[in-house]
Amino acid sequence: MTEQLDAGMVAQQIAESDQLNAPAGRRQIGRSRKRKEDAKLITGQTTWTDNITFPGMLHMALLRSPMAHARITRVDVTAAREQPGVIAAFTGAELANELGSLPCAWPVTPDMVAPEHHPLAVDEVRYVGDAVAVVVARDRYGAIDALEAIEVDYEPLPAVVDMEEALKDEVLVHAGKGTNRCYVWPFEGGDYEAAKAKADVVLSRRYIQQRLIPTAMEPRAVVVAPIAAAEEFTIYSTTQIPHILRIMLAMTTGIPEHKIRVVAPDVGGGFGSKLNVYAEEVLGLIVAKRLGRPIKWTESRSEGYQATTHGRDQIQDIEIAATRDGRVLGLSVDLKADMGAYLQLLTSGVPILGAFMFPAIYKFEAYKFVCTGVFTTKTPTDAYRGAGRPEATYAIERIITDLAVQLGMDPMDLRRKNWIRHEEFPFATIAGLTYDTGNYEAATDKAMALFGYDELRREQAQRRERGDRMQLGIGISTFTEMCGVAPSRLLGSLSYGAGGWEAASIRMLPTGKVEVVTGTSPHGQGHVTCWSQIAADVLGVPFEDIEVVYGDTKAAPQGMDTYGSRSLVVGGVAVHVAAGKVIEKAKRVAAHLLEAAEGDIEFSGGTFSVRGSPEASTTIQDVALATFASHNFPEGMEPTLNCDAVIDPDNFSFPHGTHLCAVEVDTETGFVKIRSYVCVDDVGSVINPMIVEGQVHGGLAQGIAQALYEEAIYDAEGNLVTGSMVDYLVPSAVDLPEFVTDRTETPATSNPLGVKGVGEAGTIASTPAVVSAVIDAVRHFGVEEIRMPCTPERVWRAINEGGTGGERAAAGSIAWGGASTASTAGGEPVADTGPNTAPAAAGDGQTGGAQ
Amino acid sequence: MPRVRMKVDGITYDDEVEPRLLLAHYLRDRLGQVGTPIGCDTSNCGSCIVHLGGHSVKSCSVLTVQADGAEITTIQGLAQNGRLHPVQRAFADSHALQCGYCTPGMIMAAVDLLAENPSPSADEVRHGLEGNLCRCTGYQNIVKAVQAAAAELGAPTVPAATQEVPA
Amino acid sequence: MIPAAFDYVRAGTVDEAVAALVEAGDDAKVLAGGQSLLPLLRLRLAYPSVVIDIGRVPELRGVREDGAAVVIGAMTTHHEVLHDPLIRQHCGLVAEATASVADPAVRHRGTFGGALAHADPAGDLPAVALALDAEMVVQGPGGRRTVPAAEFFVDYLTSALAPDEVLVEVRLPKLAGPWGYRYEKFQRVAQAWAIVGVAAAVRRDNGSIGEARIGLTNMGTTPIRARATEAALAGVAAQEGAVAAAAEHAAEEAEPSSDLNAQADYREHLARVLTRRAVLAAAG
Repeated sequence: MTEQLDAGMVAQQIAESDQLNAPAGRRQIGRSRKRKEDAKLITGQTTWTDNITFPGMLHMALLRSPMAHARITRVDVTAAREQPGVIAAFTGAELANELGSLPCAWPVTPDMVAPEHHPLAVDEVRYVGDAVAVVVARDRYGAIDALEAIEVDYEPLPAVVDMEEALKDEVLVHAGKGTNRCYVWPFEGGDYEAAKAKADVVLSRRYIQQRLIPTAMEPRAVVVAPIAAAEEFTIYSTTQIPHILRIMLAMTTGIPEHKIRVVAPDVGGGFGSKLNVYAEEVLGLIVAKRLGRPIKWTESRSEGYQATTHGRDQIQDIEIAATRDGRVLGLSVDLKADMGAYLQLLTSGVPILGAFMFPAIYKFEAYKFVCTGVFTTKTPTDAYRGAGRPEATYAIERIITDLAVQLGMDPMDLRRKNWIRHEEFPFATIAGLTYDTGNYEAATDKAMALFGYDELRREQAQRRERGDRMQLGIGISTFTEMCGVAPSRLLGSLSYGAGGWEAASIRMLPTGKVEVVTGTSPHGQGHVTCWSQIAADVLGVPFEDIEVVYGDTKAAPQGMDTYGSRSLVVGGVAVHVAAGKVIEKAKRVAAHLLEAAEGDIEFSGGTFSVRGSPEASTTIQDVALATFASHNFPEGMEPTLNCDAVIDPDNFSFPHGTHLCAVEVDTETGFVKIRSYVCVDDVGSVINPMIVEGQVHGGLAQGIAQALYEEAIYDAEGNLVTGSMVDYLVPSAVDLPEFVTDRTETPATSNPLGVKGVGEAGTIASTPAVVSAVIDAVRHFGVEEIRMPCTPERVWRAINEGGTGGERAAAGSIAWGGASTASTAGGEPVADTGPNTAPAAAGDGQTGGAQ
Repeated sequence: MPRVRMKVDGITYDDEVEPRLLLAHYLRDRLGQVGTPIGCDTSNCGSCIVHLGGHSVKSCSVLTVQADGAEITTIQGLAQNGRLHPVQRAFADSHALQCGYCTPGMIMAAVDLLAENPSPSADEVRHGLEGNLCRCTGYQNIVKAVQAAAAELGAPTVPAATQEVPA
Repeated sequence: MIPAAFDYVRAGTVDEAVAALVEAGDDAKVLAGGQSLLPLLRLRLAYPSVVIDIGRVPELRGVREDGAAVVIGAMTTHHEVLHDPLIRQHCGLVAEATASVADPAVRHRGTFGGALAHADPAGDLPAVALALDAEMVVQGPGGRRTVPAAEFFVDYLTSALAPDEVLVEVRLPKLAGPWGYRYEKFQRVAQAWAIVGVAAAVRRDNGSIGEARIGLTNMGTTPIRARATEAALAGVAAQEGAVAAAAEHAAEEAEPSSDLNAQADYREHLARVLTRRAVLAAAG
């Protein structure tokens, strides 16, 4: 019989191998402490939502539409109700009043089209996967069996999966709304037309951001445990947003907020796809309420591919205006963003999050942006790692490189010429943001050296000269991003439905142990470990003496949850500030205990002492116990050391980095292999280097996957063709290279820890670096553009047939000397010089044309 | 209904099961061994990997009836005598997990990999784990962990396959 | 996610399995390793009323020599195939292709016979069996018969097995003389099916190709034997140019489909390129 393992033994064994196990008082921040989270995860002592059971629990299964667009003329669940083990079955019509409409928390414009969104469709289904009916049975197998007994009559309606087709408004996704245009959101800084008029070169490109499926490893699940008599409900959900979910469930269902408890137990990844108020969460709640029994729902992976939000899906028409010596002047961005069939929690706003990042690290004089949200008969999109910023970074980093090629300049030289110099920070960008700190030069110099840029360029030239079958390409991405989500007032000005603050409470227990209650909601990011490091440094208590409480609205009632690389910047800072407040209170108690003036108390390494009398000292643990006993206590002070902090950031934070990718392309088959990937990222001050590196690795994997492997494909009838992991290609260890990562540290000035977020950085940066590299490898064949993902077939076709290797071409055109008729100083066309200039590019209509 | 009898993490169980009951569901729902998660429905992700008859198998792609008479080890039974398996410890040491969902299957696959190839190169580790998908780590630290565990395990004193189950 | 209900019969012998198939009529599925069948059942792409488990039939396991052939029991797992000394010695191409099948955990359960009986042209082993002129020994109510590989793969997911027949073992003729082999598998990611695969065995003849056997994966509804290419290769020098010229025939007898993973013309191109590469590698 296997001896049972207890958590204490496991944690101890991890600590044994944690070389940095340090006595209290030694600085924790900056050390790669092994994670407290791991003990249970490596032994399977986990609480994933699907692990949770309750007495009398029933299983819920959903019948989903196999059609992309249809009127529902009949739903009959009578036969399903008769199936063995089935307790209940409901149609959308039966539950419509109680279910309400799923919320979208971001009306980006006052006239945004916000259709009703029934958790169970009533009259019409609008995407394959739209839920139509629900069965509740004694076991999960019985529930799934019973689905086959449900009869539904559909009257097919035409599907529309292409955004430009949808914008013709011939096939309406929401007939009652009269249009598929959800919104048009414009933004301007400076005068783009003027900038364009004086430019020597105007380059325009179309890039396609393919639709992605976030594919967190844990499928979604919901368990609702009601206390029927008290009308109280506990919802366990694989959610990134327990606090926001609680509020939204209350507002959607009318069940009072204080009667709802939401718990995010162990959550296996989210990446934005669990940042939502899902039909199944509302449905689980209402069904549990109706039946008075605990309810569980767990998606299968293929079901989740239809029913869990997708990412990206944009058509980007980008135009850049520059001088002939490579100074950028203006940037124009015209986006079409696919909402899918409905607006989920942040669907409409995700592209807007990127709106301010297209100018990126470059000093543009003028910037014009417009985004059109479009409905199609596909699964709704929402946030996916980077949420708007990868899309922006992709476009700018691609077109900057394309511009360099056009001008015959080295793409890194062009960047250096235009980026914000280190001494120019803080810098107000043309998009209205103020970047607090940054050092693009330092990160780039480090990256270039690690990468061996010059040697690789030489090798590239040699292979090209020899006409080797295997060609080498180099891609660059010098990115910055805005994270920490945002100051609340700014969110308000964008009509975003929530604030940007984060909360922390610190509780000193009588025995000197500490509870840190955080409003963040980690699902792999290591907050427990990092918040322990932060609190340990301020409080002077051992790292091991700290417990972090999170993810349960009963235990951590106040918070704004985890997404957008905000948690450390706002939540970690809140922990830091709250801990500082605790020390202030503790000082007062210590002064009393030591019979000294508060101003004479010094605090260091967990110990309070009287200045000038070092033998007069007391530890914070003693102070905690004394506070609990309150026998010998300052007059008038409440007997508690507990403190809260709620931090609303002043500004976003702006991590940045330089990413360099070298690929080898087999020109015979189009197969791409990453030969080398180097990145130097600056995330400000670092709490735990090991965790930062891990976040970068994971981000890179997803960004590279977008460049080379993943695409959610719909056919013309609206069927999700990549409907399972067989066809939607998430990379394994074989398919990814070894990454070379390094850092520079330029602390943020917007928070006392100097930290910037890192969760999404790798993903934001890497995609354009890889795609640029692939194109660079085969540019000498006349290739100007290859649509992502750069599959072998697309690469092969681009080499052999020209064009973009995909159905929808990226129209490339170059205008010379003042594109508009109202040109003033048109100047002379830039000569077609330089080894990197694509030979047949200039307007002969062959390459990159809209075939 | 068929009867099955099998040993799971050292305990023998006797049950009546539907033929279609997947081993993964038997472990999780019937035996309460919820340490082994399920991550997909097409046998791609590998989260559900356990050892059956001494070899790694995807428990979502085995019927419970096929495992009749077998000896099974899940992530919950990997540690012996209160001590973590070197692979488990290496995962924590090398930050080879973030959300942890793929981790049970990844660890079980890695243990099997090292049993077969006690001193794998990084490339061999990657190939040995190609049946396991991770969305968080980018795999680099997983490779590091497996090689570190290999070094600690040293010479091939690997546990021999226990009762070989024909199916 | 989970299969529809079915009855279950565990056979102890081949005769028992056949008898169970006879009783079940058209509506049964044979369960070997389950690595092809279970995914079908879980996605409810198949609804057998009874599943007949041959996993514990002793006579179906094991690899043995039988004169001029190596005989592989149908229930031999991919893992066992990879480690079997007879297969390594006499059927190296089988081992090489098997190493590329799925992943280690799947290979611990999936079987050689199961993979062949499943008759998926995108699977790696049917093309190998075809290239090596394997003989499938099949048992039905009337007794045993031998089906040559060229007749075994009838259509997409359709073998020559009658509903009441079980694949018992596969006979692989030993190749006499100095043979080299190579399985070239072209896939986008490691877990993906081959977009195209080429199984090549070449008898080396002093720097020339004495004889070649070539099987194509995923170039049609069944595996394809590239006989025109084989003919063109006979006697040809084992050099890039000469082999490439012969490999131009590779797609001739094939009718590849256009699907999510590749268009037909790209498949044809890959077949030519990979045939050249596989033959050159096999020719040493």
